[in-house]
Amino acid sequence: MASGLHDSQVTNPVLRWIDQRLPVVTMIQKEYGVFPTPRNFNYFWNFGALAMINLMIMIATGIFLAMNYTPHTAYAFDSVERIMRDVNFGWLIRYVHMNGASMFFIVVYVHIWRGLYYGSYKAPRELLWMLGVVIFLLMMATAFMGYVLPWGQMSFWGATVITNLFSAIPVVGPTIVTYLWGGFSVDNPTLNRFFSLHYLLPFVIVGVVFLHVAALHITGSNNPLGIEPKGPQDTLPFHPYYTIKDSVGIVVYLAVFAALVFFAPNYLGHPDNYIPANPLVTPAHIVPEWYFLPFYAILRAVPDKLGGVLLMGGAIVVLFFLPWLDTSKVRSLRFRPITRIIFMLWTINFFVLMWVGAKPAEQPYVLISQICTMFYFLYFLVVLPAMGRFEVVMKLPESISRAVLGAKADLGGGPLPGGAAAKPMEKA
Amino acid sequence: MRILKAFALSAAVALPLVASAPALAAGSGPTPPNAHFSFNTLFGTFDRAAAQRGFQVYKEVCSACHAMRQLSYRNLLDLGLSEQQVREIAASFTVTDGPNDEGQMFERPGRLSDRFRRPFPNEQAARAANNGAYPPDLSVMVKARPDGANYIHALLTGYTDPPAGMVMMDGMNYNTWFPGHQIAMPNVLNDDQIEYADGTKATVDQMSRDVTTFLAWAAEPETEARRAMGVKVLIFLTILGGLVYAVKRKIWADVKH
Amino acid sequence: MADSMASQATGGGTAPEVTKRDFLSLTTAAFAAVGVGAIAWPFIGSLAPSKDVLALASTEVDLSPIAVGQSVTVMWRGKPVFVRNRTAEEIQAARATPMSELKDPATDQSRVRRDPWLVVVGVCTHLGCVPLGQKSTDAKGDYNGWFCPCHGSHYDTSARIRKGPAPTNLVVPDYTFTSDRAIRIG
Repeated sequence: MASGLHDSQVTNPVLRWIDQRLPVVTMIQKEYGVFPTPRNFNYFWNFGALAMINLMIMIATGIFLAMNYTPHTAYAFDSVERIMRDVNFGWLIRYVHMNGASMFFIVVYVHIWRGLYYGSYKAPRELLWMLGVVIFLLMMATAFMGYVLPWGQMSFWGATVITNLFSAIPVVGPTIVTYLWGGFSVDNPTLNRFFSLHYLLPFVIVGVVFLHVAALHITGSNNPLGIEPKGPQDTLPFHPYYTIKDSVGIVVYLAVFAALVFFAPNYLGHPDNYIPANPLVTPAHIVPEWYFLPFYAILRAVPDKLGGVLLMGGAIVVLFFLPWLDTSKVRSLRFRPITRIIFMLWTINFFVLMWVGAKPAEQPYVLISQICTMFYFLYFLVVLPAMGRFEVVMKLPESISRAVLGAKADLGGGPLPGGAAAKPMEKA
Repeated sequence: MRILKAFALSAAVALPLVASAPALAAGSGPTPPNAHFSFNTLFGTFDRAAAQRGFQVYKEVCSACHAMRQLSYRNLLDLGLSEQQVREIAASFTVTDGPNDEGQMFERPGRLSDRFRRPFPNEQAARAANNGAYPPDLSVMVKARPDGANYIHALLTGYTDPPAGMVMMDGMNYNTWFPGHQIAMPNVLNDDQIEYADGTKATVDQMSRDVTTFLAWAAEPETEARRAMGVKVLIFLTILGGLVYAVKRKIWADVKH
Repeated sequence: MADSMASQATGGGTAPEVTKRDFLSLTTAAFAAVGVGAIAWPFIGSLAPSKDVLALASTEVDLSPIAVGQSVTVMWRGKPVFVRNRTAEEIQAARATPMSELKDPATDQSRVRRDPWLVVVGVCTHLGCVPLGQKSTDAKGDYNGWFCPCHGSHYDTSARIRKGPAPTNLVVPDYTFTSDRAIRIG
């Protein structure tokens, strides 16, 4: 240490030489090798790793697509078809990228749902959660701009409708929209900047993911019981227990992904996007990609332009305040019988919003979307704050190991540290 | 038990897919009947003979108005035509090339690398020649309509007299399967209007099936390679999944959780 | 394996030793490695020339306007190809050269399909510059053929390397005479 080198424990001489100067090996060993992880994860805890894999797949396929894509209104559509027909494995790379967006949202929606159900947003993980919401927002922006690039009818009209949302802003709205477009309609300058940003934002996501993971490794993971580990008897080293458990999830995920890519690559897409963009003809039904539908439904639930935009934005912004809106002392909904039922209803409500978002803006769909929008916000703004106060929660287990092992915990793990055992919810 | 959970989870994952996609796919027109195309199944392939006949239908009928600009003559090699045949097909079209050393555009016989010749130089010319209607490019038409293959087959065989009392707009034709029923494209297929090289009887249904097969291939020429690769990938992932799960069981065998 | 597992099960802290001879884990790792390799394949494959690029890989050249002693440069696969209608003296000079004087020995006959035409890819085999010598005003080098100005390679009337850093002769592309006065390159 006197020489300023890191005191490396690595035995391999080459790795040791590196580790002494830049302790990456030690870091990986600490954060992904021996990292103490609650022993009671279920498969919902796979989805963080899956999202990471998915992000890497998107970046890899995206880089190779960009080698063959032409961001110009006159060539974009044809260059995508050239990728599909002439570039070696181009169809595979494009379909992986295209369906990868859907897979990314499936994975991230489950990941978010997991956080909501098990209370992973609650102290001390507020910032971890908020960084996650930032990633979600960046993903939405990236996905939206990526969908514009093939320059089909849905690309063009999606871009037109979504950029026009900003015109709802009083006074400066129209100017903002003109600046977004780089012209007076969605046109070549718009396509060019969207391509540039679509290439940039994923790397911004990588940066925020790094912060997200860094924050996770400060607080440690939540777990299905929502109580903090109290000692070594409550945790397992990340490797090999969770590396292998994540691997199981990764293979299942890849199988679902492959089934989509190889056997139904256009199932989640819209046929209209295989019609080249035409600024003079709007398709009869314009709908966003499925992952935006719940928010699109919220937008359309309000008959007022600005109101709809605000409400749609609010549907995401409310997530930032969730750690403080939920006043309960208990994290996991496993121990909150009433909130748990309401949350399940909220989940169904989310799917109903998704369904109604794809329907034409007419009755009874408008009414359904209004009721569902109300319930969406009610859960966050009324149910969670109130339930923290009035709900009678179930008795929490004293520790993870006790819950998992029952009486055997005392034999296997030894007596629990007195202080920790006495106060199971010290952090919540 | 854990497997069950995983299943429940995948069900939750599948839900948005099931819930949203058919909703998206529902167009404004009536749902076309299933014509049971060989390629429209999970592992289906294109009927090469039908696709070749379909190209003949496209060449002799559709190509008078409809371009297929994503396709080149060389692509026809995938249909099982010999290189000599395709060279002859390409050479039977004159294409504009240039400019030459004098700065002039000139015409020459088509080559394998040339794109399919377009009937009109641009959209305006196409509209001018077709009463203001634009015959769309057919390259990816099967992908560009909900249930594209069945729709196109139904459309081509769906010309009838308008129901009594229906007022048709000038120059429009009644079609059972077209959204709104009024289509600018006239009925172009009549029994025995073309003579198939392989002697198949050219009924309207036969021609429309053949040309639909050709268009489906043209829209997604990678289909067969994609499905074949998909089978291999899924078999591989199944084996890998079994192995990984076995290792997982082994590693977790002595951990109560 | 089971023993080492048991000791870790309740403890945590250090990773258990995975037995090296564990057949199951090895098989799984091997399978996963094959999978990762297979994923790399389409990415690398996509870098190869695409089908439309390959389809444009042939160029037709009309030879009739090229007078004796004249050269033309045509584009083939994005590279210049020199087509030269050689004079009798040039052919004579090329054929008279003994093999022992050549850095990359090849007879003139082996580099020509039909006299008097010489067809070579006009890219210096040193580092890819285009040699001079196509225009009558160009420097043709010490051997009256082509001269690469980048690093001073001299080519003779059969476009063989005679002097300078280039290791091999200018490449003769694959071409055929489609008629007496036309060739197709590629």
